[in-house]
Amino acid sequence: MSEPGADTRSETMRIKRHGITTRLWHWVNALCLLVLLMSGLQIFNAHPALYWGHGSSFDDPVLSIGARRGPDGNPQGYLAIDGWHIPTTGVLGWSRADGQGQVRAFPAWATLPDSQWLALGRQWHFAAAWVFGVLLAGYLVYSIASRRRRRLIGVHRGEMRHLGREVAAHARFRFVRMAGYNVIQKLTYLLVLFVLLPMMVLTGLTMSPYMDAAWPWLTYLFGGHQSARTLHFISAFLLVGFFFVHVLLVLVSGVFNNMRAMITGGYRIERRADEATAAPETDRE
Amino acid sequence: MSDDRTVPRPGAVNPARRRLLRGIGALGATGLLAGCDWTQSQPVQDALSRTQDLTQAAMRLVSSREALAREYPARDIAPEFRANGSIQPQSDVYRSLLADGFADYRLGVHGAVTTPMQFSLADLKAMPSRTQITRHDCVEGWSCIGQWTGVPLAHVLERVGPTDRARFVVFHCADHLYNAPQPYYESLDMIEAHHPQTLLAYGLNGADLPVANGAPIRLRAERQLGYKMAKYVMNIELVESFDHIQGGKGGYWEDRGYNWWAGI
Repeated sequence: MSEPGADTRSETMRIKRHGITTRLWHWVNALCLLVLLMSGLQIFNAHPALYWGHGSSFDDPVLSIGARRGPDGNPQGYLAIDGWHIPTTGVLGWSRADGQGQVRAFPAWATLPDSQWLALGRQWHFAAAWVFGVLLAGYLVYSIASRRRRRLIGVHRGEMRHLGREVAAHARFRFVRMAGYNVIQKLTYLLVLFVLLPMMVLTGLTMSPYMDAAWPWLTYLFGGHQSARTLHFISAFLLVGFFFVHVLLVLVSGVFNNMRAMITGGYRIERRADEATAAPETDRE
Repeated sequence: MSDDRTVPRPGAVNPARRRLLRGIGALGATGLLAGCDWTQSQPVQDALSRTQDLTQAAMRLVSSREALAREYPARDIAPEFRANGSIQPQSDVYRSLLADGFADYRLGVHGAVTTPMQFSLADLKAMPSRTQITRHDCVEGWSCIGQWTGVPLAHVLERVGPTDRARFVVFHCADHLYNAPQPYYESLDMIEAHHPQTLLAYGLNGADLPVANGAPIRLRAERQLGYKMAKYVMNIELVESFDHIQGGKGGYWEDRGYNWWAGI
């Protein structure tokens, strides 16, 4: 007889990986980010060009999305970066919605709401931003205050030595299920939690003319109003990049185990791998 | 302002597209949001727009009432100040005023004031003036830096004496944006109206205010987005509430779904 709740397979054991705070925050935050991204693309569509500095140099944007007539006489969508035009017809600049072609930077399926409607896009964006910002502030405090979270995502002394080995293992899609995070995971989550997500809030606030008057250091920090808008856009797409890599790794490194860890909290680890690492909270269920 | 601001199209959503979106929804969660009519329903719009009160309260909490918008050195002035929205009002009244260089222009100030008054352009130019180089942020996302000269609105308000019922300052304009049946209008509360950088501007970049930018008088409210800064101001009305004016939301764009609080 095995003890109650214990694993019957000798090589593995189940641990509790994520507490209720982390699991709730993760999913509410994911939904907020989706709303923020799609409504943000709606807002971007109202003036699909990015600049550097305080004002807009209209003739010389850093990046712009638009449409022009192609050599065959048909509209051609493009993404222009530093004067270099990449054809993007059908997705960026010119796309179809309800069977009708239209000039719009991001297509209807990517924006909230789907029609070109800046006022409502802003309403969605700011409502979601409140939820996102308040939960982020709370979660960052929790991440620092909770010993368990600190042990899970904090990089400990000597750990950076494993970085090369971890990169090589990841490149070969070889993953070890252990109780703690490996050093690549730790660095990634630290970057997302403490740099990219706060960056979204701060660059967003910088774009408010009222906040610029209240907290002038914001525009100093980001090099100007239009620079902040550009950084807001870049950070958003870095988060989109993080999302795709995150989902890919969840899928290839044991999708059911990973999903369970973020839904019920339970996570199955390899016992030997666990013993080899100083893992937090390996109490058996 | 948004030229491509679209009224939500009623009715038909292509069923094939619906199915496609559901398919995408199986992969990601965009199916929850894209192409779904609930995201644009009136109750949802009303609920979302309530967050502007929270935003306004929070911003007022972290800022002093008199915190100044950033002012720039002369080298930052844009070569051409972008004109947006109405650029040439077509009404007969405005055209005849323009024809003789606004010599007959009178800015009326009335409503909840002890002394309703009228000011000619010369009267306004004779009052204390302020010149400031500030950044204009459009709700669309672009910014433009220009030098504005005008009389602080606070001086004008002092002359007419707001009564204790006065809670908002409403600006009635000469232009009918996008051929709207009623003229453009906007409103500020008394805090923004008394802010030292809130001007009735008659000069841009050292010259008279051009028609495209709102001649003879436009509002500058530097802690707000561009749509607050009414051009072609003809009358100023102090009110207790703007419920009775046009759509009742306090401004042309506010009546069309934009937030009254234009601080973000």
